[in-house]
Amino acid sequence: MTLGLINANPVVQAKKERLAHSITLDDKLNRIIITFTPTIQHCSMATIIGLCLRAKLKECLPLHYKVDIRVSPGSHADEDSVNKQLNDKERVVAALENPNLRQLVDECLCSNEI
Amino acid sequence: MDLMEKKLELVELHKLEGHTDRVWNVSWNPVGTLPILASCSGDNTVRIWEQSSLSLTPGLASFGDEFECISTLEEHENEVKSVSWNAAGSYLATCSRDKSVWIWEVLGGGNEYDCAAVLIGHTQDAKMVQWHPTMDVLFSCSYDNTIKVWWSEDDDGDYQCVQTLDESNNGHSSTVWAISFNAAGDKMVTCSDDLTLKIWETDIAMMHSGEGYASCYISVQLVLICLEFAGLIFVHIQLTGQGINTSLGFLKIWFTRKVLLTPNDRDNIIASGAGDDAIRLFVDSNNDCKKTSP
Repeated sequence: MTLGLINANPVVQAKKERLAHSITLDDKLNRIIITFTPTIQHCSMATIIGLCLRAKLKECLPLHYKVDIRVSPGSHADEDSVNKQLNDKERVVAALENPNLRQLVDECLCSNEI
Repeated sequence: MDLMEKKLELVELHKLEGHTDRVWNVSWNPVGTLPILASCSGDNTVRIWEQSSLSLTPGLASFGDEFECISTLEEHENEVKSVSWNAAGSYLATCSRDKSVWIWEVLGGGNEYDCAAVLIGHTQDAKMVQWHPTMDVLFSCSYDNTIKVWWSEDDDGDYQCVQTLDESNNGHSSTVWAISFNAAGDKMVTCSDDLTLKIWETDIAMMHSGEGYASCYISVQLVLICLEFAGLIFVHIQLTGQGINTSLGFLKIWFTRKVLLTPNDRDNIIASGAGDDAIRLFVDSNNDCKKTSP
């Protein structure tokens, strides 16, 4: 169910992989659920991709939107662990403040806009 | 005087500077003639602040007197998330993203803090610590979905984990964010990323016999905006907007879907804040504490 957040699409294309994705927007609850499907079960980039999504959405969306980011059910070997990390606000903030991770995320986002 | 008619204003009295990263939690020492405040931060430290009283009468500090940082505890290896004083104000507990929980003993009338115990057991970030309101039993909760109970049997400062509340004893299935006790200490409520509040009975008699400390009492399922649970009456107040940050450090609202708690020391009301911008208040519709099935 892809809705009007088409501007967010470029970020879903990670550097080397094509991802299948779905975005569900609940306008009444101001809630967005994004699911993405890494192409391989043991994709080590899964958390980075999720972080990129968060970083980009933080820039684009009004503050009051709540975003849940998950991998598509069954698409990743560490699905629960990845989902949990991506939705722990404190961990996400800490990750995005880590200079190495931030640089990686910035590079991913930057290359997508070209 | 009608409280609603009076215009209430908050005035900043002091700004305590010293931490080099965000301050996650603060807590007042419950006793002491001079106000002592503990704070913890993303800079991996805990700071103790004391109000220096310049008045001629010892023990009578006024609000205007300056606070100074009398001690900085630097042992944690990662962000310190929470601080908690025990009822006597003689121990300070801290917990951190480094997965450990530390207990510090207060010496020298509040000027010295010695490490009394380093409690390892959580397998992931420890999110909050809370002392029992009357006994020197420490509770901690974590990203590892568990709540751990720490106690020193012989009073010699040798704290051990005496119980772990996890899914196998009706515990949470995701990160446990907060713990809160009622004033008597016979009930504890915890909230979690699994969208539930769980109310636990702490059996004091069982505590003394060392058999176990808490068993799950009621599980409240939260479904974002609307809430239904047999046996509980609730008042639902919805506040929209950017979210509200603390009054006196008791109420917090976050933008994620987790649920947080406040101490429920008046009339057994539990107040919780959640990432859907709502504050919810709960009371038990039955006043006798019988076990009900979740």
